[in-house]
Amino acid sequence: MDEVLRLRGITKRFPGVLANDRVDLGLLRGEIHAVLGENGAGKSTLMKIVAGMLEPDEGRIELDGRPVRFSSPRDAIAAGIGMVYQHFMLIPVFTVAENVVLGAEPGRGLRFDRREAEREVRELAERYHMEVDPAARVADLSVGLQQRVEILKTFYRKARILILDEPTAALTPQEARELFQVMRNLAGQGISILFISHKLDEVLEVADRITVMRHGRTVATLRPAETSEQELANLMVGRAVQLTSVRPPVERGPAVLEVADLTVQREDGRPAVQGVGFAIHAGEVFGIAGVEGNGQAELVEAIAGLRPAAAGRIRFLGRDVTAWDARRRALAGIAYVPEDRVGTGLVMGFTLAENLALKRYFLPPLARRGWIDRRALWSEAKGRLEAYDVRPPEPGLAARALSGGNQQKVILARELGSDPELLVAYQPTRGLDVGAIEFVHGQILRLRGEGKAILLVSLELDEVLELSDTVAVMHRGRLAAVFPAGEADRERVGLYMTGGRERAQEEEGAGR
Amino acid sequence: MSLGDFLGVQTWVGTISWGAPIALAALGGTFSERTGVVNIAMEGLMLISAFFSVLGAWALHNAWLGLGVGVVSAMLFALLFAWGAIRFKADQIILGMAINTLAMGLTGYLLNTIFGYGGTPVNTPQLPTVSIPLLASIPWLGPVLFRQNVLIYALFILLVLSHFLLFHTRLGLRMRAVGEHPQAADAAGINVYRIRYLGVLLSGFFSGLAGAYLSIGALNSFNVNMSNGRGYIALAAMIFGGWTPLGAFGASMLFGFASSIAFNLQGLGIPKDLVLMLPYVATIVALAGVVGRTTAPAADGVPYDPSESS
Amino acid sequence: MRGATGRWRAALIPLLAVLLSLLIGAVVMLASGYNPLPAYAALFVGAFGTPFNIATTLAHSVPLMLTGLGVAVAFRSGLFNIGAEGQFWVGSIATTWVGYAVGGLPPALHVALALLAGAVAGALWGALVPGLLKAYTGAHEVITTMMMTYVAIQLSHFLLEGGPMQAPGYTPVSPDIRPSAFLPLLVPRTQLSAGLFIALGAAVIAWLILERTTLGYRMRAVGFNARAAAYAGIDVAATTVLALGLSGAFAGVAGAVEVLGVNHRLYDSFTAGYGFTAIVVALLAKNDPWATLGAALLFGALSTGASYMQLSAGVPSQLVDVVQGIIIFFIAADAIIAWLLRRSRNRKEVAA
Repeated sequence: MDEVLRLRGITKRFPGVLANDRVDLGLLRGEIHAVLGENGAGKSTLMKIVAGMLEPDEGRIELDGRPVRFSSPRDAIAAGIGMVYQHFMLIPVFTVAENVVLGAEPGRGLRFDRREAEREVRELAERYHMEVDPAARVADLSVGLQQRVEILKTFYRKARILILDEPTAALTPQEARELFQVMRNLAGQGISILFISHKLDEVLEVADRITVMRHGRTVATLRPAETSEQELANLMVGRAVQLTSVRPPVERGPAVLEVADLTVQREDGRPAVQGVGFAIHAGEVFGIAGVEGNGQAELVEAIAGLRPAAAGRIRFLGRDVTAWDARRRALAGIAYVPEDRVGTGLVMGFTLAENLALKRYFLPPLARRGWIDRRALWSEAKGRLEAYDVRPPEPGLAARALSGGNQQKVILARELGSDPELLVAYQPTRGLDVGAIEFVHGQILRLRGEGKAILLVSLELDEVLELSDTVAVMHRGRLAAVFPAGEADRERVGLYMTGGRERAQEEEGAGR
Repeated sequence: MSLGDFLGVQTWVGTISWGAPIALAALGGTFSERTGVVNIAMEGLMLISAFFSVLGAWALHNAWLGLGVGVVSAMLFALLFAWGAIRFKADQIILGMAINTLAMGLTGYLLNTIFGYGGTPVNTPQLPTVSIPLLASIPWLGPVLFRQNVLIYALFILLVLSHFLLFHTRLGLRMRAVGEHPQAADAAGINVYRIRYLGVLLSGFFSGLAGAYLSIGALNSFNVNMSNGRGYIALAAMIFGGWTPLGAFGASMLFGFASSIAFNLQGLGIPKDLVLMLPYVATIVALAGVVGRTTAPAADGVPYDPSESS
Repeated sequence: MRGATGRWRAALIPLLAVLLSLLIGAVVMLASGYNPLPAYAALFVGAFGTPFNIATTLAHSVPLMLTGLGVAVAFRSGLFNIGAEGQFWVGSIATTWVGYAVGGLPPALHVALALLAGAVAGALWGALVPGLLKAYTGAHEVITTMMMTYVAIQLSHFLLEGGPMQAPGYTPVSPDIRPSAFLPLLVPRTQLSAGLFIALGAAVIAWLILERTTLGYRMRAVGFNARAAAYAGIDVAATTVLALGLSGAFAGVAGAVEVLGVNHRLYDSFTAGYGFTAIVVALLAKNDPWATLGAALLFGALSTGASYMQLSAGVPSQLVDVVQGIIIFFIAADAIIAWLLRRSRNRKEVAA
């Protein structure tokens, strides 16, 4: 096989960070080449360089043996390199065909020929075995289908090298398997694929070769047959790692949160959560897995008191809190770590001290008769910032001056600092680096050990499986299944995530 | 006064002539906002064009040349607005207020500097009102649609062209893409900045026509602050019309109707000053009733910064 | 980085914006056939040349301070109240009515009642329609406050032109308010009244509310990030209504002070557009209450000097409005100033 792409000595510096350090990498025709590494290892920077979004400080890129320079994504596209970003670059209100042809639309004169666009996209989809309706609105498609649209976009521009950035992050295991099938098809047709991932099992399953990155450097290139999960994990982290975390056994206490027949509506009045019921006990992590947009956000907001319950009951510590507003629930002991740190969890223009007071700014000792005691605000903040290892622990600093991990620590300091009985955490590790993820997971397990109840909702299936004592799966607003931790494995949970309740039950029946 | 008089031909003629400047500006606003730039500066752009149209028509002894001067001046100020909003990522609403304040000051200053304190000359040429042969003699429809100022005909033609441009051309697709998701448009090889400049400039062009209509279409003079809030009303009309040319036109005519019957109400003995509140009140009511039921372009009002792409 | 030098840098951009705008104003004068040097000299003399002129400048600053504080308070809550002009009008109307229709009160009480009437009228004009609509339907306050301004202006025309508030006779003017409602003059035979102290007091109140009370904390939280505020249990809708009400109250008091201290009656279209200049004042001050006082003084000086400039140098006073527009432009697009600085620095380096 001939080498279509070769990276030589690629180096990229950002202020204070060496993101890529003399990286070498080769990609063969028709090869699936995985780039494996932790968050922050420099994978995304490297791929952005290949896709023309960033220019390297040193080193060079060769295509078919000839050196090339990309000064914009346009150059890379023209050279046959197509990139599928982790966050899709799709316009939700446009159709599939409109999204695919955008920027290179068919038509005569000024006119845009929508029918021709749909025909071309249909043809393209058939050629690469990626069925999707060209006239469908992208907003109506599942995440898996949206990803196909992204891939079709690159082929419409005649890509022969495809870069997939964490493509399985938002997929169910079943959708991921379909994606792998598509990838093998494409490789069979001579397309070369760079596949970025931090998931060991995936790269072993689908890749022809695996390049491991750590701290901006390539540390090894291996074939799946020659290696193992353990070896890859060690290479990735740079030390011997314990692959499965140990959740110490905890005595389970009385029910802290009881949800019964809960129905919650979307803004447009359609039900987002339908008749959901469950209970979380002291010392229990109750994890909810599921594909994005299946009602998790609405469920979490209903429990936190930010969204009214259209029907059903929520009981907390034996009291009916269904009619309580968010403030009353928070003061009663429901802590809530929201998904969107920047947009919801923090007020970026406020100081850390003001952010830490966000839910109690009106209560003594922080305020008296409507007047805020700034000294009390300050001293309380100082203590909490130190207790939660926020760096730097400066109460007067604006929240926007902190890194993502430290911002999340400020939220945890606020939410956990007032000793809650229940923690509701929605995607608490989204976008964090490894150290910060460990910190968040550690805090969740610490609370569990202290006999608190935790509701963990995450789109990262592995996170749910790793931390939860009970694993539930949410699909189309309902709890499709609830497993004790011992009975939940990726396959079974994944099947329920796609709504395969019947299918799942059939398969289990057949397996018996 | 019977209901027949109340809703007679004159009411509908008035609807069109009151609605036209709002509709022209609102059409332009559609382009600006569809590409992602909130254009509150339409008020000032109208005022600029209203003044320079008179100045041009008077100095060049020709209303058509005046129209050209007015439209070009509005487009130059639109360019200034676009430069600040796009290149320097300014807050678009505050920047729009800047243009409006500047327009108010500059037109007042130039009015006094050039024409003194007696106002614009009475012999300023005016754009013609044209009767279309045969069609103009159709009862009711004739006077309402076919015996109008030339700019009203321009409005009808531009309405159709705008709809076609936005929804049936490649450029229109790209404009809408830029207003919805500039990162995606950029990744597809579309020059986001250029498209946004185009959207704002089109808005300047349309606001220019609207301003010219006020000063040398309906009249042949310029008064201080003669746009009188129509730019804001046009913005509301565009929102009420769901960010589409046809919708914006329809909504503008609704406001035209409110102004038109205001004059009929005066005939019924209701004080003029109370009646003149009607279009402003109608704007508030329309805005309150419609928000949440229509959706703005997703990236409307958000400056595009390529380095923030995920 | 913070502290003294940070403050200086923060003040640098507004300062440069003002200087640049005056420079462009000079170019405009040159282009239209005036000599800017005597014009600006006249502007300065008109504003500060004699004790009388200084008093007039201060008098013109008072309504700008009050309306500017109103706009700033709204801005800090994330709301762009461009309708201070209308709130100023209804404040004037209510105060005038209390001023002439209510009799038999001791002066202090009458003044207090008239001020209160202005504040309440302005507050309701801001809170009732724009505030409630913003809070419960999402209608943008920029359009609604502006429309309410036009409604207020029409309302005053109605009241004064043959309406219930017209004084006997043919001129569109209200009856004089009773002397018991007059604000005392600070400098005899000028327009400078005790309203100056009301404006200074208002700045203290605005600062205390924003920085030291839980209400101000709520307003600022909503202003920075309404989603986060709602998440924290803050009633965003109520805070929005309150903020626009408070903002309107400041503007209403401005109208009241203008009636009680200067005009003593309501004229048809007597305002000098204070409510619009207030936007420039607040923006230039970056919505800081203390800085608002300074910015108001600047624009008070500009408007006072402008009349003198028109009289003695013949330059139309609207030049000052042009300068104001350019100032807002530079404040909104402050990146332009940084860009210009960078360019001039580069050019210097090239030259050296």
